[in-house]
Amino acid sequence: MILVWLIVILFAGGIGALVAEKRNAELPRVIALATLLLDLFLVVLMLFAPATLGLDAGSQIDLGQTGEWLVLTSSQWIPQFGVSFIFGADGLGLLLIALTVFLGLMSLGSAWHEIKERTGFFYFNLLWTLAGVIGVFTALDLFLFFFFWEVMLIPMYFIIAIWGHENKEYAAMKFFIFTQVSGMLMLLSILVLAFFHYQSAGVFSFSYFDLLGTELPEGVGFWVMLGFFVAFATKLPAVPFHNWLPDAHSQAPTPGSVILAGILLKTGAYGLIRFTIPLFPEVSMAFAPTAMMIGVISILYTAKVAFSQNDLKRLIAYTSVSHMGFVLLGVYSWTAQGVQGAVMTMLAHGFSAAALFMLAGGLQHRIHTREMDKMGGLWGVAPKMGFMAVFFTVAAVGMPGLGNFIGEFLVLLGTFRISSAAAALAAIGMVVAAVYSLIVIQKVFHGENKNNLAFEDLTGVEMFCFGLMMIGLLWMGLYPQSMLDMSEPTLRSMGVLFFQ
Amino acid sequence: MYSNLIIDLMQIIMLTVTTVVVMLTVAVKRDHGLISGLTVFGLFASLLTFVFIKPVLPLEATQLLIIDEYSLFFSNLIIAGAIAVALLAYPYFEKDEDQNEEFYILLMTATLGAVVLACSNHFVAFLLGVEMLGVSLYAMIAYSVHMEKSAKFPLEAGIKYLILSALTGAVTLFGIALVYAYIGTMEFDAIPAALEAAGDLGPVFVIGVLMIVAGAAFKLSLVPFHIWTPDVYEGAPVPVTAYLATVSKAAMLAVTLRLLLASNALEFNVVIVVLTVMAAASMIFGNLLALLQDNVKRLFAYSSIAHMGYLLVMIIAASQIDGALSVEGVSFYMLAYFIMSLAGFAVISAISNSEKEYDQISDFRGLFWRNSWLSIVLITVLLSLAGIPLTAGFIGKFYIFTSGVEGGLWFLLTMLIIGSAIGLYYYLRLIYIMLQPAEDLANDPAANAIPLGVNAVLTAMTAGVIYLGVFPAPMIDTLQSLARAF
Repeated sequence: MILVWLIVILFAGGIGALVAEKRNAELPRVIALATLLLDLFLVVLMLFAPATLGLDAGSQIDLGQTGEWLVLTSSQWIPQFGVSFIFGADGLGLLLIALTVFLGLMSLGSAWHEIKERTGFFYFNLLWTLAGVIGVFTALDLFLFFFFWEVMLIPMYFIIAIWGHENKEYAAMKFFIFTQVSGMLMLLSILVLAFFHYQSAGVFSFSYFDLLGTELPEGVGFWVMLGFFVAFATKLPAVPFHNWLPDAHSQAPTPGSVILAGILLKTGAYGLIRFTIPLFPEVSMAFAPTAMMIGVISILYTAKVAFSQNDLKRLIAYTSVSHMGFVLLGVYSWTAQGVQGAVMTMLAHGFSAAALFMLAGGLQHRIHTREMDKMGGLWGVAPKMGFMAVFFTVAAVGMPGLGNFIGEFLVLLGTFRISSAAAALAAIGMVVAAVYSLIVIQKVFHGENKNNLAFEDLTGVEMFCFGLMMIGLLWMGLYPQSMLDMSEPTLRSMGVLFFQ
Repeated sequence: MYSNLIIDLMQIIMLTVTTVVVMLTVAVKRDHGLISGLTVFGLFASLLTFVFIKPVLPLEATQLLIIDEYSLFFSNLIIAGAIAVALLAYPYFEKDEDQNEEFYILLMTATLGAVVLACSNHFVAFLLGVEMLGVSLYAMIAYSVHMEKSAKFPLEAGIKYLILSALTGAVTLFGIALVYAYIGTMEFDAIPAALEAAGDLGPVFVIGVLMIVAGAAFKLSLVPFHIWTPDVYEGAPVPVTAYLATVSKAAMLAVTLRLLLASNALEFNVVIVVLTVMAAASMIFGNLLALLQDNVKRLFAYSSIAHMGYLLVMIIAASQIDGALSVEGVSFYMLAYFIMSLAGFAVISAISNSEKEYDQISDFRGLFWRNSWLSIVLITVLLSLAGIPLTAGFIGKFYIFTSGVEGGLWFLLTMLIIGSAIGLYYYLRLIYIMLQPAEDLANDPAANAIPLGVNAVLTAMTAGVIYLGVFPAPMIDTLQSLARAF
């Protein structure tokens, strides 16, 4: 039940924020903070003291074929279709839930001073998006999964469409249509899968456990897998489905960008690991070389495009696509190091991208532009900001000692075992990353302050948020084993290749 | 035996009695409130009689009508729709000093026709129902023509509907004649046996069926018989548009599905090809043309064309899969569409009256901040029309995908996805416009208090959309039980 509570608390907090605005425009953010802290408390208990929640070894549910589930809840929903509420979390799920709640707090921090209008509806959308994401990370019924997939989409649409920047209508629309259309392909695939399961088993079911191992006729499997792949690759995103992302990220308000880059992109990677490959192991392995090629193209192509951007947020958005290319590569290598690396990259990129978007958003909030041509010499004006920018840029580039390095290094290691060519090409991506990242620091913080910009440096709330994220990245970089240990049982149960 | 027959026909009898009572009351005393109250009361009473009818089902009431769970479901839907329209009509026409009472008589006769249509099991009842519904609708569409100030162009809309409807009525009649001439029966149930007895018929029977389908396609506004839809939707008073979009379509759909399934017409390849072309064209053109609209009523008109195309996919699937699943799916989708449309038109109706209708897309700018209740209803409806989970529209779409996958209709499913993708754009655009900052209006129609009846419709329909989306299981049970007859 604990997982259901995590979601219900967020839903309820959202409604509370909406109602509270009528009393006081400041109240919604306090309610949002309380809601997220409550969720964080529960997540921390789940991670470090599961016994207090009754989640000791005795109540762990071992489903045999699928490894250990720390928490699992199920009950009927629409029995006629074989749809039920099945929520479960294993090590991988817990890591991502923790990431979601933590970055939810970070985005709340960035909204604290930025969002002044219609606060109630804003925090409502923020909390509902997070509820949808936690649902995606825990739902183990494909119908339920699809439901949460859409729940996280609509509030995000509202966030971009109402609080976004100058070109928000176009960006919000593009974001929605890309996700929704690819989602429909996934729905179609889910139904075809359920239909063939029905033909062999005689009962309709959308349960993940029932659908695992469904035999699909020759030729059908590939198309069904492709439906899932396109949906997840759009969310990830991977070239050529990445088109929506630069617009959505640059037009969204800062908290929206933080959630988009930090959390929403990870749902795509999670879907690939949890659903696409385990449900269709054979066709996926046949498809792996293509997917890895897409990954390499994503890394190199978007790195080049990022280099030519003048809009700070667009640049960071493109680098996100580039880093997500590593995730795709690692997942489809399907080796222990590759997938572990992908998971580490997801977590570390969540932190570094969120921090960079908060910096870019903070800058835009202060000087009302995202164009790097108009900036320059800002180190002198805002040294704290400059320091943070350097730290998180270096983290994103993959400086040893920080989380991103561990992730991308493991990905390359895992890929190398499968395809040395792909690993070599992807490694070039890491070199290019240094180029496009340093140019940001150079253009924004060094040089001459042409427009005589002057503004307030980072506030206490912002410093606190950045500090927490720094600690997180350092932890990931210096003691990655704590996280690798959590995701390992999950990956083993999914049949990832482990080399002794 | 006879007592059962009377119970069986109780709904129709109650509707007839209400019509007569309303008519006589109008002759004695003209009072808008009284008449509309009487109408709503009579409709409610006939709706509630289903409690008595249910135990004696199914029963063929004469050769003409069949009352079973399926027809009872659609009759209830039709009467509930009529109640909602009556509730919308009262505040809409109230402002006008002129004589409004006859509108309710027309509403009653149209509803009677629709119920007969939904229950018909015979071409005579079919024609009777179609004409009764059609003739009442001509007058309802053009109803505000006698008023000094009327919001729209009711006469143009009325004439357009009259001419095209008469034309397709004639085509239908010709089709019925062809079918009868070659197989010698007018009862739906008897057609398969008669077909077998008649032996090789050549193309004549199929041509007859296709002509009847054309007549149905006109009422359902499927491409290429959709031409009237946007103009008539826009020109008619909002409550009548709501009626056209819901009651008239539900009745026609109920009888068409029964006819196609009972007569085994779907076994003919030509019929499938024609239906497939109509479905694909409706999904694509309906959605594409909706993109160009700047009037919400016209937008709903084109979107209804697309939705009828979606529905047709399930009917076509019945040729490949178990007919019961198809009936279940069609009934659910129609129910969902019915509720969504009523809610949508109720929103327009809430800010309109017979003198001025606020139905331009620009009239909805900032509605979310001007009147959040109305805009929440409309956003729910639009998301449901787009098929987003937690709404009735999603479960409906789920049915279409399921029957399409089982029937292997990959071409139509592709068209469906393309159509829905286009559809998303105009639904979102309307949502986006409602979310924009509001301009200061001197006379904001959304600032007025919403009349009680309209509010009741809004609340009930929104609750319905959400309930069916979150807890569809009870309704699915009902539908599975009614579909078992097929």
